[in-house]
Amino acid sequence: MFTPNRRSLLKFAAAGVATAGVSMPWAARAATQRVVVIGGGPGGATAAHYLKRFAPELDVTLIEANAKYHTCFMSNEVIAGLRKLDELAVGFDGLKKAGVKVVNDLVTGIDATAKTVATKGGQSFGFDRCIVAAGIDFKFDAVAGYSAEAAEILPHAYKAGPQTETLRKQLEAMPDGGTFVLVAPPNPFRCPPGPYERASLVADYFKRNKPKSKVVILDAKDAFSKQKLFEEAWTRFFGYGTPDSMITWVSAKQGGTVKEVDVAGRTVVAEAGKFKGDVVNLIPPQMAGKIARDAGLAEKGWAAIDARTFESKAVPGVHVIGDAAIATAMPKSGYAASSQAKAAAVAVIQMLRGQPVFSVPLINTCYSFINKDYCFSIAGIYEPSPDGATLAERTDAGGTSPLAKDDDYRLREARYAHSWFDNIVKDSWG
Amino acid sequence: MSTQRTPVTLLAAALLAVGWTSHAAVAADLSVEALAAPCAGCHGTDGTSVGMAAPTIAGLPKEYFNEAMFGYKTDTKPATVMGRIAKGYDDKQTEALAAYFAAKPFGRPGGQALDPAKIAKGKELADKYCQKCHENEGRDADGVGVLAGQKLTYMQFSVADFLSGKREMDKRQKAKFEELVKDHGAPAFTDILHYYANVK
Repeated sequence: MFTPNRRSLLKFAAAGVATAGVSMPWAARAATQRVVVIGGGPGGATAAHYLKRFAPELDVTLIEANAKYHTCFMSNEVIAGLRKLDELAVGFDGLKKAGVKVVNDLVTGIDATAKTVATKGGQSFGFDRCIVAAGIDFKFDAVAGYSAEAAEILPHAYKAGPQTETLRKQLEAMPDGGTFVLVAPPNPFRCPPGPYERASLVADYFKRNKPKSKVVILDAKDAFSKQKLFEEAWTRFFGYGTPDSMITWVSAKQGGTVKEVDVAGRTVVAEAGKFKGDVVNLIPPQMAGKIARDAGLAEKGWAAIDARTFESKAVPGVHVIGDAAIATAMPKSGYAASSQAKAAAVAVIQMLRGQPVFSVPLINTCYSFINKDYCFSIAGIYEPSPDGATLAERTDAGGTSPLAKDDDYRLREARYAHSWFDNIVKDSWG
Repeated sequence: MSTQRTPVTLLAAALLAVGWTSHAAVAADLSVEALAAPCAGCHGTDGTSVGMAAPTIAGLPKEYFNEAMFGYKTDTKPATVMGRIAKGYDDKQTEALAAYFAAKPFGRPGGQALDPAKIAKGKELADKYCQKCHENEGRDADGVGVLAGQKLTYMQFSVADFLSGKREMDKRQKAKFEELVKDHGAPAFTDILHYYANVK
């Protein structure tokens, strides 16, 4: 046991380390510093968790509108019937146990001058620093005819939960010989390989259950994440590039951009023509979540931040992490959000203590499945530039799984991917 | 709380309340905590994996950790993502990570699907072929990895790499591996690994 002597104790007290929420008659309670974290996804949960782990003396409040969160990662497995939606559900008891005050309410505003957060339930939370992990929202109006209501018929399934289940049920009900049309969004968007993993896992489901069915990807881009690995696997498993291919990818150049949809007719209007689907999965263009936009954090759709601290460039005292932030080279992924959350937590602690902020490398690791035993990854190491302008990727590290690897390598990545899921969930939500 | 007590006693209580134990004292350097934290997404909080494949990296001897990272950096140790990740850390950072994780307890949360029959067979084999180097039921790790409570899947991948020659073995290990294969065949490794994975 570490047994501090009187002198070191007084030193700690002076440094403000020991002013936890413990009744101390000589220490004013108001001296406890407060951090409010908004959003209970991987970014917000990790930030709250690690703030308490690294600085137990802080008063940390996490505000999240839903009682449960469904992880987006592994939700393509639910769509393909490999996993149940419930297995993606996480609650907030772990964070409560870690000492985080969890508030189940919707944030309606952030007042950066008064340093308060207001909620729909009429509560107000004061903060010394605030961390916003607002995630994404969809630009429904970017596709004529599409809307939140239309998404009940043509699901996006790009926020996990009921939408995931809606898409799964439609695929189950689809007759053999049907066509699944997937509309992939323009950059930047959440989970860059997500639409292509989804196309792969749906094709794998068709191959096993409805072998005459087809997958058509209509894309607003000419290139996508892990493209060569996907194409290699599609060629091998789904006859990609042949007239009988189960998967067809229509790039932007080939007219894959979709601007209009006929919801009742389940038909999307692309530049290349009309595509009728038996099941249509329309993933719209995206922007930072409403809370970030309403707070003036996302002037151009996404939140500009200082890469060393994740503090907003528009609103001092408020930090933005995860999908809502412009993290330059870092992709919008769950792992990136959790890495950023840890870096932001450390920066917030140092700033509250009046200490200099130091920078450390951030990691992204992201897996994509083709089938349950065939998986590949991308990894990257990112460092903030000294001026905080960018999070640059280390060019001497990272990258995707190699092409032309044997089945054992792909199987190992599949096992590591599921292991990744268990660890990141526990590490984020406790 | 009694007001008769001195502020120092109260402060000591406060420190205890916030977990200011010897572990917290070791972990107090926030810059090293920040360096190590991103590893947890794959290897578990504090380096103890609750996933069924990624190995626990807490409690590994510093030398073992450093050697593994060197192997990943130089592509001399078989890897999937670690060959790409390790290259992003310089020697000083790697050493700081090695010291950090070495000071963390190797957690054994259980939850692995293990076969009691294999565990029993494996224990006998391990006593004969393995325990001289993997002492104390594989908990101790003097120049070797911790096997006790390590992830079965990870250890299976490692043994496959040793047997195929993709991963280098020292003379003593090579001799023991060959002896075991000769006496009992390669499947005997599965029994041994079930046994070690089960050690609490």
